[in-house]
Amino acid sequence: MQFGLTDEQEMIVSTVRRFVETEIYPHEAEVERTGAVPAELAEDIKCKVIALGFYACNFPEEVGGAGLSHLDFTLVERELGRGSMALTHFFGRPQNILMACEGEQRERYLLPAVRGERMDALAMTEPDAGSDVRGMKATAVRDGGDWVLNGTKHFISGAEHADFFIVFVATGVDDTSHGPKKRITCFLVDRGTPGFEVRPGYRSVSHRGYANCILTFDECRLPDAQVLGEVDGGFDVMNTWLYATRLTVAAFAVGRARRCFDLAVDYAAQRRQFGQPIARFQGVAFQVADMVTEIDAADWLTLAAAWRLDEGLPANREISSAKLYATEMLARVTDTTLQIHGGMGLMDDLPVERFWRDARVERIWDGTSEIQRHIIARELFRPRGA
Amino acid sequence: MKVLVPVKRVIDYNVKVRVKADGSGVDLANVKMSMNPFDEIAVEEAIRLKEKGAAEEVVAVSIGVKQAQETLRTALAMGADRAILVVAADDVHQDIEPLAVAKILAAIVKEEQPGLVLCGKQAIDNDMNATGQMLAALLGWSQGTFASKVEIDGDHASVTREVDGGLQTIKVKMPAIVSVDLRLNEPRYASLPNIMKAKKKPLDEKTPADYGVDVSPRLSVVKTTEPEARKAGEMVGSVDELVAKLKERGVV
Ligand SMILES: Cc1cc2nc3c(=O)[nH]c(=O)nc-3n(C[C@H](O)[C@H](O)[C@H](O)COP(=O)(O)OP(=O)(O)OC[C@H]3O[C@@H](n4cnc5c(N)ncnc54)[C@H](O)[C@@H]3O)c2cc1C
Ligand SMILES: Cc1cc2nc3c(=O)[nH]c(=O)nc-3n(C[C@H](O)[C@H](O)[C@H](O)COP(=O)(O)OP(=O)(O)OC[C@H]3O[C@@H](n4cnc5c(N)ncnc54)[C@H](O)[C@@H]3O)c2cc1C
Repeated sequence: MQFGLTDEQEMIVSTVRRFVETEIYPHEAEVERTGAVPAELAEDIKCKVIALGFYACNFPEEVGGAGLSHLDFTLVERELGRGSMALTHFFGRPQNILMACEGEQRERYLLPAVRGERMDALAMTEPDAGSDVRGMKATAVRDGGDWVLNGTKHFISGAEHADFFIVFVATGVDDTSHGPKKRITCFLVDRGTPGFEVRPGYRSVSHRGYANCILTFDECRLPDAQVLGEVDGGFDVMNTWLYATRLTVAAFAVGRARRCFDLAVDYAAQRRQFGQPIARFQGVAFQVADMVTEIDAADWLTLAAAWRLDEGLPANREISSAKLYATEMLARVTDTTLQIHGGMGLMDDLPVERFWRDARVERIWDGTSEIQRHIIARELFRPRGA
Repeated sequence: MKVLVPVKRVIDYNVKVRVKADGSGVDLANVKMSMNPFDEIAVEEAIRLKEKGAAEEVVAVSIGVKQAQETLRTALAMGADRAILVVAADDVHQDIEPLAVAKILAAIVKEEQPGLVLCGKQAIDNDMNATGQMLAALLGWSQGTFASKVEIDGDHASVTREVDGGLQTIKVKMPAIVSVDLRLNEPRYASLPNIMKAKKKPLDEKTPADYGVDVSPRLSVVKTTEPEARKAGEMVGSVDELVAKLKERGVV
């Protein structure tokens, strides 16, 4: 067993960290204030990342990516987690589900996404179907050789900047012993397709500037060539590719927690009350001790899950454990950091209140904490027939 | 032309340094180490010379503990072509003195025959600011120190130096030693493909004995202390009061 990073991994970590510190941090306050990323800034970040060869580094070399292992990529995500998500979005990690592209889809979607020419967004959630993905109401129905889509998706991240969308809709129902079960198909939908609209979404407390949108499909006609994977095979592509995405949430949480923690330690060491640094009060010092312990634990859970993916070992349970623990850890660390800062922690003069707000969504998206616990428990009890 | 760039592994500039309890030096156990920032600027300049076609090969050299290998890998990831590691100490706390470093570098220069040695003006750990100058003396080469601009023109280099009064431009005959200052360039990030390639680039490991140099210390550190803590400031009520206070202390 070996816990150290290789020289390459150390360099990946230090390069991404330095990039985030110099190219992202200086713009964060402005993005937070305006709730938007200026187009030139987005383009500038993207160009720099492309030049550095980090754009789409999660993709294999044969399609133009960097061919990073899951572990290497998790380290990249962890460092990116320090920075504003609205800005690191342009560090460009297209959905790895695009590897399911076949034939001419590769030229139209996969390769331009990897080159940074076209950005993607992924749409599963609907107003009436969140955790219960299979409960989705959006449908695609055969009409001649085409498909006709109807329905609404909401909370779709990155939609503002996306050139095309990876959309899951119901294409039929099977009667099973557990009752009716929807068949799901995944489609690639270009922005501007008639009958398809991208509308502004809601204002979220988390990740200002990283907007979510509402997508509407009204008699939106798509040819067969837009099906990603197999017809009715939506759950297969989802299961093949989306578990690894969940791990990026865990990695984000660890990176963000480290940044927050450094502020807490510095502040506790400097802030004096009752004639001494507040770090001398055990009530403060022990909170700091607990924080670093939890961050390390989440870090190792996350890296170990990534390692399992690289080794081809079953990892779904471990990924869920990492996502669950890391995001709940982040909630505690941001809250404690705010508490240590006293009243100033709440003020937007410091980034602490923002970290605290940002942390909230991490326990909800990519599967809520309850859904992660459900997955973990299911893996434990299913083999026992319970 | 070949460019030789010596790089030193030093305590990272972001680390808050702590003096060892016995006052013998700075505590380096479990502390983040990085390439000396001035050396990073030298590596960057060497790579730019290569990109401009003024140099064919960039060779990075580090003299110190075995872990300096990481520093060399960073230079390789930035774009240096190969590296030489001279393992001259086992203990991370042992600093190799400038004269010993300069002697080893002089021997490497004789072997490698570079047209230019680009080095940092000083290492941020002990701020000696001596190695480049000593190397020039040992080799009998011309030197341009504190460079904020370097231009190669045939068998001469034009070096703009940051001196107290402003900028001074000198012409030095090649081969030459140029020590670089902060404003020469902004070092690049290592690109991901170069990071992945760095491991495949050659890194030769040597010892001081290979160059017949004795690295045993000639200097002894008497005492290391932390800088005096900053005194609390004083609030003034008005600009007039501020000016009066400054005058009182002879500052203006
Ligand atoms: C800012 C933001 C961005 C998003 N981006 C995207 C995106 O890009 N693409 C996309 O498709 N989706 C996106 N989502 C949607 C996200 O994945 C869902 O919000 C999430 O899956 C939860 O669904 P829901 O909000 O409908 O909550 P619900 O599913 O309605 O859950 C409500 C509550 O019930 C609990 N619950 C539900 N089922 C169970 C159960 N079986 N057992 C125990 N408790 C249960 C949940 O844990 C939760 O606490 C985004 C969401 C947000 C907030
Ligand atoms: C929105 C807002 C409105 C306010 N309005 C008013 C007002 O109208 N009038 C007014 O006078 N004040 C007001 N306050 C000030 C408020 O009462 C203080 O913020 C509060 O007393 C904490 O002080 P502090 O923020 O300086 O934190 P600090 O006292 O610096 O505390 C920092 C951290 O150290 C901890 N700590 C400090 N001492 C100890 C100890 N001995 N043992 C263990 N832990 C310790 C604290 O619990 C905290 O976690 C307001 C504050 C806010 C945020």
